[in-house]
Amino acid sequence: MSQDARTGTGISVSEPGAGPEGEQPELLDTTTLSTQPAPVRVPGLGWWELARWAWRQLTSMRTALVLLFLLALASIPGSVFPQEATNTGDVAGYIAQHPTAGPILARLGMFNVFGSVWFSAIYLLLFISLVGCVVPRSLLHIRAMRARPPAAPRNLSRLPEHQSFTTSSAPATVSEAAREALRSRRWRVTTASHPGGRDEHTVCAEKGYLRETGNLVFHAALVLVLVGIAIGSLWGTSGSVIVVQGTAFANVLSRYDSFRAGPQADVNDLPPFSFTMTSFSATYQQGGPQNGAPRSFAADLMVRDTPTSPERAVTIKVNQPLVVNGTKVFLIGHGYAPHVTVRDGEGRVVLSEAVPFLPRDGMFTSQGVVKAPDARPKQLGFEGYFLPTAKIDPQRGPISTFPAANAPELVIAPFKGDLGLDDGTAQSVYALDTSRMTSAGQPAILAVGKSLVLPGKLGSITFDGVVPFASFSIAHDPGRDPVFIAAMAALAGLMLSLFVRRRRIWVRAISDSGGRTLVAIGGLARAEAGGLGGEVDALVERLRRLDGGSTADVGQAATGPTAQATRFARDRENS
Amino acid sequence: MSTQTFAQLSNGFVYAAMAVLTLAMLAFAAELAFGSRSRVARTVRAESDREDELVTVGAAAAGQAAVAGEAADALDVVVDPEAGSSATIGSEPLAAGRSASGADSARTPTEWADRAEARERRADKFGGVAFSLTVLGFLLLAGAVVFRGLAAQRAPWGNMYEFSVASALVVLAVFIAVSLRRPGLRYLGVFVVVPVLLTLGLAISVLYVPAGPLVPALKSYWLVIHVAAAIVSGGAFLVGGVVTVLYLVQDYWERRGIVNSISRRLPPSEQLDQSAYRLFAFVFPLWTFAIIAGAVWAENAWGKYWSWDPKETWALITWLAFACYLHARATAGWKGRKAAYIAVAGLSCFLFNYFGVNIFFSGLHSYGGLPNK
Repeated sequence: MSQDARTGTGISVSEPGAGPEGEQPELLDTTTLSTQPAPVRVPGLGWWELARWAWRQLTSMRTALVLLFLLALASIPGSVFPQEATNTGDVAGYIAQHPTAGPILARLGMFNVFGSVWFSAIYLLLFISLVGCVVPRSLLHIRAMRARPPAAPRNLSRLPEHQSFTTSSAPATVSEAAREALRSRRWRVTTASHPGGRDEHTVCAEKGYLRETGNLVFHAALVLVLVGIAIGSLWGTSGSVIVVQGTAFANVLSRYDSFRAGPQADVNDLPPFSFTMTSFSATYQQGGPQNGAPRSFAADLMVRDTPTSPERAVTIKVNQPLVVNGTKVFLIGHGYAPHVTVRDGEGRVVLSEAVPFLPRDGMFTSQGVVKAPDARPKQLGFEGYFLPTAKIDPQRGPISTFPAANAPELVIAPFKGDLGLDDGTAQSVYALDTSRMTSAGQPAILAVGKSLVLPGKLGSITFDGVVPFASFSIAHDPGRDPVFIAAMAALAGLMLSLFVRRRRIWVRAISDSGGRTLVAIGGLARAEAGGLGGEVDALVERLRRLDGGSTADVGQAATGPTAQATRFARDRENS
Repeated sequence: MSTQTFAQLSNGFVYAAMAVLTLAMLAFAAELAFGSRSRVARTVRAESDREDELVTVGAAAAGQAAVAGEAADALDVVVDPEAGSSATIGSEPLAAGRSASGADSARTPTEWADRAEARERRADKFGGVAFSLTVLGFLLLAGAVVFRGLAAQRAPWGNMYEFSVASALVVLAVFIAVSLRRPGLRYLGVFVVVPVLLTLGLAISVLYVPAGPLVPALKSYWLVIHVAAAIVSGGAFLVGGVVTVLYLVQDYWERRGIVNSISRRLPPSEQLDQSAYRLFAFVFPLWTFAIIAGAVWAENAWGKYWSWDPKETWALITWLAFACYLHARATAGWKGRKAAYIAVAGLSCFLFNYFGVNIFFSGLHSYGGLPNK
C-alpha cells in the first residue's frame, strides 16, 4: 500500500534533500484524521466509548501495519506444508509420514492455511481496518478537491522555492497571465485581488490531487479484489477430466473425474457444450542434455457449443485454452491409455478398451490398473506399468527411456478374486484393492499384440496398442474479470500515489510606488518533489515575457540561505 | 552464425563480464582504501556542507511556517522538527572526520596538502577506472544476454541460469543509473559488484543449463512480460537492499560517532535512506505488476489465476513485506531503522522466493532447470 496512507493529505514543508517523502510528523496523524488513535487513555465505561476506542485502534495505521505483517507471516506455512486445496494426496502422505506432528498440524489448519479461521481472521480484520480508514479519508479528500487552493502565505520568499522580479505590466495582467499559464498546465487555480490600499493580485494554484486519489483508489480496489475472489469462490466451478483420444466429453457433472463448485453454483445447469478429442500430439526434445523434455502439446477437438450448434474444430494447447460461453477448457496434462482386451475363463471378451495409465516420471513410465468385474469364473484385476519406450535396465528392471511411444510395452501383474466393486464402496479407477484377491500368475512384459494367458483357465489379457489421453481442467470463474479489473485499478492507483507529487504555487503581484509591479512567486512541495523548481522557473520565464523581458531584475532572490537551498536543490536535480 | 556459436559467444561474454567486474570490484575497494578525498568524497562532503545550510533553512522555515499563519493552518504545511536535527547528526561524522585528519597537521600545510592531493588523485583514478570497468562489465553482460536470446531463439530468461544473468544485468543497470544521478552513491560500487559477481558465479557453476527451447508451459508472450518484470524488480530490490543495509550501518556509525574510512566516504545515512526509498517506491508497483501479469498468465495456462503455489505465496509475502515498509515509513515510531529492517526482511523474502522456493519446494513454477531434478 502506498506509503502515505493514513497520514493525511497534506504537504509538508521540509528542506529539500532531507526528510524523504512521506515522512510526516506526528502532528498530522493526530490532528487531521480520525484514523489515528488518540493518545491512549483509559476509555470511558460506556460500551459506545469502548466500541469507538476499539474501532480507532483497529483502523489505526499501527494496527494495519501489524496485520499486514501477520498476514505475511501466516502465509508462510501455506508454502511449507502441502495444501489440501491443491494437493490432497500429498497431505495424506505427509500425515502418514509424520504420525505425531501430522494430526496436530492438521488440527491447527496447517494443511488448509488459506481457508483456515486464523488466516481469514487476519485478512478480514485487515480489510475492515482498511475500509475504516479509506472511507473517512475519501470524504476528506472529496472536500479537499472541492476546496479552493489555500491562500498565499504573507511572505513568499520564505518558501523553499521562490523567486521575485519587477515588471512594467500591471498586477492584474500578471495575475491573469499566471492564471492562464498554470491553468494550461492543469493546475487548480484561484485568483484574488485586494481592493483598497495597494493594487495587489494573488494567484493560488495547487496540483497533484491525483496522489491521494490514487492512494484511495488503490485501497478501494484491494477491497474489490477481495469481493471478486469471494464471487469466484461462491459461484465458480472447476473440474478436471481425462479424455482418451477418439472419445467424447459432455459438460455434465457425472462426466468429471473431480469437480469443485462454490456453494452458490448450480451444478445441474453447467453450460451444455461437448467435444470429441480427435487427436492428441506431443513432441519431445530428441537427444542432448534435455533429452525427452516436452516441446509441444496439442489436442485437436471438435466442439459443439450447444447440443444444436454445428461442430467446430479447435486446437487446444498449453497457454491456449478453449473458451465456450465464459467457461474455459485448459489442457493441463497428458499420458497414455493402453488398449487392452480381457477374455475370461469362458473365452468371452469382458473388456476391450483404452485404459488411462497415469504418468509417474518425465519419461512417462505410467501406472494403472485394469479391472474386469464381469470375468468368470473369477473376477480379474491387473496392476501394471506402461512404458512408452521400453528398455530393460540391469539394475532397475523395465524402464522408459523416452516419453514418446516409440517402443511401447506393458508390464502387467494379474490378480484373481473379488475386486470389491459389488458392495458399492467408491474406488479409485487407478488403484486395485487386492485385499480379497490373490495372484493369478507371473507378471509379464507385453509388446503390442502380445497376450498373457493366465494359468488355470482363468482367461487372458491382450495388449492391443496404445492411444494418448489428455487431461483437461474446465473452469468457470465469474469473479475473474472483476478481480482483474480491480487489480489493474489498484496498480494504476498505486502508481499515482507513488509517483504524483502534490505541490502548490503562489504568485503575488503588487504595484510599487514607482509604478512598477513587484512579482513574487513561491512554490511548496514535498521534499521529493524535485521538479517544482523547474516549474517555478518556467512560470517566471513566462511572466517576464509579458513586457518583453526588458525589466530590471531587482529581487532575483539571490541572497540568503534559502535562495542557496533553492539553487542547490536545482543543482542536484540536474546532476 | 549458428545458434551454437551464439551460445558459445554468450558464455564467453559472461566470463569476460565476470573478469571485468572482478577488476572493477578491486578498483572500487582500492578507491575506498586510498582516497580520503577522491572526487566522490568531495561531492559527498560538499553536499553535506550544503545540507548543513539546509538544516538552518529548514529550522528557519519551521519558525516561519508557524508564523505565516495563513499558510500553516489552511494547510497541512508542517515542518518536521526531526528532519533538521537528524540531518545535523548526519553531518557529525564528516566534521569528526575532518578533525581526525587534523592529526596530520603536525606536517607543514604544504606537505599535508601535497600528500592529500596525491592520494586524492590516486583514489580518483581508481574510482573512475572502477566505474568505467563496471560500465564495461554491464555492456559485456548485455551482450551475453542478447546472444543467449539469439542462441535459444526466445526471451533469454527461461530458467534459473538465464534469470540470474539477466538479474545481474539489471542490478548493474540500476547501479549505473543511480550513481549517474547521484555521484555520492558511486561508493556503493563494491557492495553492488560483489553480489553481482556472486550471482554470476553461482549461475555459471551451479545453475548453468545449455541454451535450448522451452517446455510448452513457458511458450507464451507472458514469459517476456511477467518474467522481465520480475527480473527488473529483482535487480532494483537488490540494489535497494544494499543501500538499505548501508543506511543501517552508516546510521549505526553516526549514532555512535564512529568514523572510519568507509563511513567517511559513504553518503550520510539520511541520503542513503532516501535513495533506498526511491528505489523501493519505483519497484513496488513493478513488483505488483509482475504478480498481476503472473496471475493473468496462470489463468491462461492452468485455469486458475491464483493457486497458492509456493512461488506465488512467497511473491505475495514479498509484496506484503514491502507494503509494510511503505506503511512503516508513514507511521510515527516506525520510520528510519525499523522501516529499514522491514525492507531488508522484504529483500530476504524475495531472495528466498528465488533460491529457496526453487530448491526446497516443488510446485507449478518448477522450471528452474536445476541439475538435481
